[in-house]
Amino acid sequence: MKTKHTIRLKVLNTVGVMARITGLISQRGYNIDSIMSTPTEIPEIYSVHLVLTETEDKIEQISKQLNKLVDVVKVTDISHNKNYIVREFIMVKISTSKNRTDLLQLIDLFRAKVLDLATNYVVISLTGSPRKIKRFIEAVQPFGIQELDRSGEFAVLDV
Amino acid sequence: MNGSQIVIDALKQEGVETLFGYPGGVVIPIFDALFKEKELNVILNRHEQAAVHGADGYARSTGKVGVALVTSGPGATNAITGIATAKLDSVPIVVISGQVKNGFIGTDGFQEVDMSGMTRTISKHNYLVNDIADLPKAMKEAFHIARTGRPGPVSIDIPVDVLISVLEDYKYPEEVKLPGYKPTIKGNPKQIKKLADTIQAAEKPLFYTGGGIVAAGAEKELLTVVEKTNIPFVTTLMGLGTSDVDHPLFLGMPGMHGRYAANHAMMQCDLLIAVGARFDDRVTGDLSRFAPKATIAHIDIDPAEIGKNIQTEIPVVGDAKHVLKELGKTLKARPANGWCKAVTAWRDETPLSYSQKPNKDLAPQHVIERISELSKDDAIIVTDVGQHQMFAALYYQHKSPRCFLSSGGLGTMGYGLPAAMGASLAYPKRQVIGIIGDGGFQMNIQELATCAINNIPVKAIILNNQYLGMVRQWQDLFWNKRYSKVCLKQTPNCPPNCQGPNPDCPEVYRPDFVKVAEANGVKGLRASNVEELDTVLKEGFAHPGPVVIECIVRKEENVYPMVPGGKPIDEILLGPEKEEA
Ligand SMILES: Cc1cc2nc3c(=O)[nH]c(=O)nc-3n(C[C@H](O)[C@H](O)[C@H](O)COP(=O)(O)OP(=O)(O)OC[C@H]3O[C@@H](n4cnc5c(N)ncnc54)[C@H](O)[C@@H]3O)c2cc1C
Ligand SMILES: Cc1ncc(C[n+]2csc(CCOP(=O)(O)OP(=O)(O)O)c2C)c(N)n1
Repeated sequence: MKTKHTIRLKVLNTVGVMARITGLISQRGYNIDSIMSTPTEIPEIYSVHLVLTETEDKIEQISKQLNKLVDVVKVTDISHNKNYIVREFIMVKISTSKNRTDLLQLIDLFRAKVLDLATNYVVISLTGSPRKIKRFIEAVQPFGIQELDRSGEFAVLDV
Repeated sequence: MNGSQIVIDALKQEGVETLFGYPGGVVIPIFDALFKEKELNVILNRHEQAAVHGADGYARSTGKVGVALVTSGPGATNAITGIATAKLDSVPIVVISGQVKNGFIGTDGFQEVDMSGMTRTISKHNYLVNDIADLPKAMKEAFHIARTGRPGPVSIDIPVDVLISVLEDYKYPEEVKLPGYKPTIKGNPKQIKKLADTIQAAEKPLFYTGGGIVAAGAEKELLTVVEKTNIPFVTTLMGLGTSDVDHPLFLGMPGMHGRYAANHAMMQCDLLIAVGARFDDRVTGDLSRFAPKATIAHIDIDPAEIGKNIQTEIPVVGDAKHVLKELGKTLKARPANGWCKAVTAWRDETPLSYSQKPNKDLAPQHVIERISELSKDDAIIVTDVGQHQMFAALYYQHKSPRCFLSSGGLGTMGYGLPAAMGASLAYPKRQVIGIIGDGGFQMNIQELATCAINNIPVKAIILNNQYLGMVRQWQDLFWNKRYSKVCLKQTPNCPPNCQGPNPDCPEVYRPDFVKVAEANGVKGLRASNVEELDTVLKEGFAHPGPVVIECIVRKEENVYPMVPGGKPIDEILLGPEKEEA
């Protein structure tokens, strides 16, 4: 059964490391749901967060193959690991033409942040667990999402 | 020192003695630095693919890192097949290519190709060295990565401006610092113990060994284990020579063209212990029906190989030599049981067979048997790809490791002659014999000149069946004998739907290999029957320089045993003679 997995990599900040990672995954015939690469507290190390929807054994094979890349220092599948705090950041532009008050109430309920409020739309940002983000998107869907941009999931070890 | 001098110094520091190369615009600086070079033997090949196969043959025969040097653009693209060949068979080589200068990269400059992009998936690792300060480190790391862990090819692409710029305080690094690269050598003791216990309890255990045994130099450790426990073993194409073929516990090669006993033992064992073998589809056949009764144990240095193709109950990550040594200590001796006796009996009851009538065309199997008989004990056999490769695998009496070099994973036609050249340069005093098809020989035939000029005494034996034999065999067996474009004699006057040799066939075969040999300054010999064969083999082997020996063999001989693609490996075609009998 295919399920969503978030894989966290620590990689050397070398030219082409992202091409190696994405190339490896596409070469083996898998799709990437999201990928994010960011600097860390160590200048030569970057963090890469990958989200893939695949079966357990495929994820294991991808993780092992990623581990073989010389520039990849560490690979962790954090999907079922309680020791990680996982967050995603989103920005959404939502139409206010349907039921503005209800929408603003929802936004408030989720503690999303209003970045701009125009006559016929609102732009908000929200940070939260994957579950919260999912619920929020479901909740505002009926109002009319005009644009949605997501950071992809990222995580930090909490032990 | 400038970048070019650093490259050469690094090669020497790494113990490189022979370099296979081909010059071009952007690598002139390196060749210039080699102008008066005496320590390094620089071989000028006639094609970059052959240069890389040369480095590969050198590496497979010695276990050391082979090195090739090519120019940018077409030089780099010509090297690609060689790099991929080495990748699929885990061969340690370093390929250095020139690149357009830094400022031109990305502009579609003259002879610019994205070498690091192209080699990403066909190398173990690659470098684009934009800055001379990074060059010493890249060279050091490249050799380290190529030869350690699971060996493989490493590509280093160097822009020409780096080759001519100067590094003031050059010092070749003593150590590598690679936080993301730490191959596991020692096997986990708990896993080894678990494996030993499982072996002890198994009734029908079987060792399935491969190229990893050769890479690890673990043949002694393997034999210690199997002899102590009387467990039979099979060896893949890449592992041939791990033991003498006559070893009492050896069942032969398994797989598509594997021996009856080897395949049946795989299918019936209750414990299959893979060591340095990767469950390739040429070996397993239909995976879903492979080794149905077996618990799978897998010893491999590459964790990604374990569980890749087959679910594994007992994984042991580590170097085969280390793990087998520990396993040997842990295991208790046990006598040959019923299983062991049964499978070795299957082997003895199913010898390979073919027919060779005294006055008829040469059987390719007979040619191999005579080569085996007449060659020296330490001869190195190098094959090309096709039927002759399988005949060589099956009929040659393999004796020791690193003596059978063959492109298994990529199956690269054109590999044989240049790889034999590389092996011969590594071992000038040993007999190096190429066994090559008439099709594949023409894919790197230009290297005859390289062999002649450098007096590289390769004995290239062509098994000329006038067909692209392996493809013809498939058309024969599975495509209703529709011999589409596999006859190397076919002219525009031939009927396009020809289904085999007939009295109207054109008489001449092109090229005349003996004349081609002679035109290159290589001795050319030909044999068409049993008597001539022994005469020319003896004459060719006695000749001090390179030789081409063309053997005109039966045109439509097929390789048996054969398991049709997609079938389980105990559904074996044994050939017309066996099936009639
Ligand atoms: C026309 C044709 C027909 C073929 N038919 C057959 C056939 O019938 N039978 C057959 O066997 N092959 C056949 N082959 C070859 C086949 O395609 C594969 O190349 C071959 O089976 C792979 O061999 P291997 O499993 O030993 O792996 P290799 O490719 O040799 O891989 C070596 C394995 O060992 C591991 N390893 C490396 N170093 C170490 C170490 N130090 N310690 C532990 N592990 C290590 C590696 O990680 C890898 O998993 C054929 C090829 C061609 C071209
Ligand atoms: C570069 C390359 N092209 C095509 C093939 C497909 N192929 C595999 S075996 C074979 C026939 C080889 O014919 P020949 O060299 O005459 O050897 P034979 O099989 O007759 O012994 C071909 C075309 C290949 N393996 N490599």
